Amino acid sequence: MIDFLNAFVALSNFVLIPAISYGAQLALGALGVTLIYGILRFSNFAHGDTMAFGAMCTILVTWLFQSWGISFGPLPTALLAMPFGILATMGLVLFTDRYVYKFYREQKAKPVILVIVSLGVMFILNGLVRFIIGPNDQRFSDGERFIISVREFKALTGLKEGLAFKTTQGITIVTAVIVVIALFWFLNRTRTGKSMRAYSDNEDLALLSGINPERVVMVTWLIVAALATIAGTLYGLDKSFKPFIFLQLLLPVFAAAIVGGLGSPLGAIAGGFTIAFSEVMITYAWKKVATYVVPEAWAPDTLVQLLSTDYKFAVSFVILIIVLLFRPTGLFAGKSV
Amino acid sequence: MSDSVRNTIYFAGVALLIIITGFVQSWNTALFILNFGLISAIMALGVNLQWGFAGLFNVGIMGFVALGGLATVLVSMPATPGAWQAGGAPVIGALMLGAATVVAAVILMTKMKAGKLRSFSVFGVLVVGFFVYRGLFDPAVGLIEDIDPAATGYLGGLGLPILLAWPAGGLLAAAVAWLIGKTALGLRSDYLAIATLGISEIIIAVMKNEDWLGRGVKNVVGLPRPAPYEVDLQSNTAFIERANGLGLDAVTASTLWVKLIYAGLFTVVLVILFVMAQRALHSPWGRMMRAIRDNEFAAEAMGKNVTARHLQIFVLGSAVCGIAGAMMTTLDGQLTPGTYQPLRFTFLIWVMVIVGGSGSNLGSVLGGFLIWWLWVMVEPMGSVLMNFVTYGMTDGYWLKDHLLESVAHMRLLTMGLVLLLVLRFSPRGLIPEK
Repeated sequence: MIDFLNAFVALSNFVLIPAISYGAQLALGALGVTLIYGILRFSNFAHGDTMAFGAMCTILVTWLFQSWGISFGPLPTALLAMPFGILATMGLVLFTDRYVYKFYREQKAKPVILVIVSLGVMFILNGLVRFIIGPNDQRFSDGERFIISVREFKALTGLKEGLAFKTTQGITIVTAVIVVIALFWFLNRTRTGKSMRAYSDNEDLALLSGINPERVVMVTWLIVAALATIAGTLYGLDKSFKPFIFLQLLLPVFAAAIVGGLGSPLGAIAGGFTIAFSEVMITYAWKKVATYVVPEAWAPDTLVQLLSTDYKFAVSFVILIIVLLFRPTGLFAGKSV
Repeated sequence: MSDSVRNTIYFAGVALLIIITGFVQSWNTALFILNFGLISAIMALGVNLQWGFAGLFNVGIMGFVALGGLATVLVSMPATPGAWQAGGAPVIGALMLGAATVVAAVILMTKMKAGKLRSFSVFGVLVVGFFVYRGLFDPAVGLIEDIDPAATGYLGGLGLPILLAWPAGGLLAAAVAWLIGKTALGLRSDYLAIATLGISEIIIAVMKNEDWLGRGVKNVVGLPRPAPYEVDLQSNTAFIERANGLGLDAVTASTLWVKLIYAGLFTVVLVILFVMAQRALHSPWGRMMRAIRDNEFAAEAMGKNVTARHLQIFVLGSAVCGIAGAMMTTLDGQLTPGTYQPLRFTFLIWVMVIVGGSGSNLGSVLGGFLIWWLWVMVEPMGSVLMNFVTYGMTDGYWLKDHLLESVAHMRLLTMGLVLLLVLRFSPRGLIPEK
């Protein structure tokens, strides 16, 4: 019995908690991608760099606060700075929409042209972020590091396996839950949210019933900016902030959005967790867990790792391909324009 | 102004830019730009085949370029003594077994009736195949990687002349492109984009981690060269005399001469590929491709096999990128998987094609040279600009230091700006498709 408890603790420590917080970050990113796809009808390649931009603004404000001596008690100061990062990012996306995307929207350009345009925006944002904050690793988390550390947990329970629950992981999960609830409340209960869904479902019908498309687009960008900043900041807090990481995040984020069904917010969340759990579980070395559960004679002498961690891209990719081949519209029937 | 006059002016302008670089900076820089410009032009031709001819949105160019680079190692490096005896056969066997597992799963998938039985058997085949594969593969790889890991630790290559690696790189890229195209080409353009993006990351991950294949991040250095070594030239009396006759010292002359030899080789490849692409564009096949691009349904109604044609051109375009990748690794003289970045090897090539003019081969070549020149020169130009901007600031002021340090990141900004401006004000590019 105690062995099973130990195995479960090891599993939580190395698989469940990391996968849940990573999944929450991916889900927030994928929500942004999926909203843009649903309303503006193109895959926004600049999303990863929008996340980087939002996180960068938050970091700059965090440093300012830290220099003023403002802190948020045991929580990271970045949470206080996040609203300012969101505002800055909202300004940025409204600017790019007004001066870049709007032109093509009015021309009714093909989606693939908009994708190429978003590549241009991606370049600029990537350059801008590196220009302002530099290409290196930036640390900005402060406050308590752990909600519960390995030593505390061992002392508390007397188990052989320790469990570490980082503050950033806790914050990620709590924030993601709050954001998702707020987003769904907005989409399902408010007039603006309903008009967004109507516009996404059937553009012509929505226009006929007097919905102002420019307003819908604007609200979408504002929400996306908030989601991107939150996702970027949480990822930066939990792992570390490095501008090029966000370009690499593009693949799992898109995979999450597509696996869930492009254009479906619920799907984006499901997709985020699907990708995160598969990535972590397939690249985790199961030896530790296995030694507790199986009889001693069967104890594995290898790491029992299906794939090395360097292949985590391959995991999101393979899931993506499988879903696309067998359920082309994703788990939660999204669109296929 | 007729098209040919305009095109001549464009190319003369780019040539002038490179020549000015030669006078202002150094001829070594100018030739460096020329050589990479030639390679970039070839990559742009490949992407133009896919995007300009057929409208396929491939953002996995980096992967095919890297495969070309891998081919140079596999073809030209000498075989590592003892590596094949140590683990060559099991590794190849394991890979074939892995391929056989996938094929068996696909056959089961298509031949059996849908249902629980099919799901279980496909799953079973994959799981058993995977474990047998790992069981065979891992120990053999360990044996290979243990052979003098500081210097080799990989299988090595065939020891053939490196020029053979160029077509081989094309073939390798084509083979992988066929596999990808088979699975992903039926998808919508956005999905194809994400799929190719993923594939290219996976190719790079494989090259970084499979040390037995190409030493991974330990890099393969000292690839054989198709041109003589500078050191040999510098000790060659006939060469020194000729260099002195031209008023050059032997060191400069040797580096220039080697670069010129590469430029000559690359030009030959570019001309061959360009003529082929041009012939293809104006052939019935090229017209059919553009018809498919402009209206898939109409082309299908006319009895054209759209999926097969897409697969064909996807493979061809990727092969061209593979050739360019092999040429680039040859020029570098080393394979460094860690240096492949999507911004540089995928998205920059896209900027070249769009700026040059999608659908136009001449445009792609022009875009390749022009954008590559800009990519290299943004940094020196940027630092001049920043010195000017910060002229009035006192030394040591934080903003001045920051601005001067950040010059290196201006290239991405500039490329994005160029792309957006061209898309907005000249969406058909400098040399539009006719």
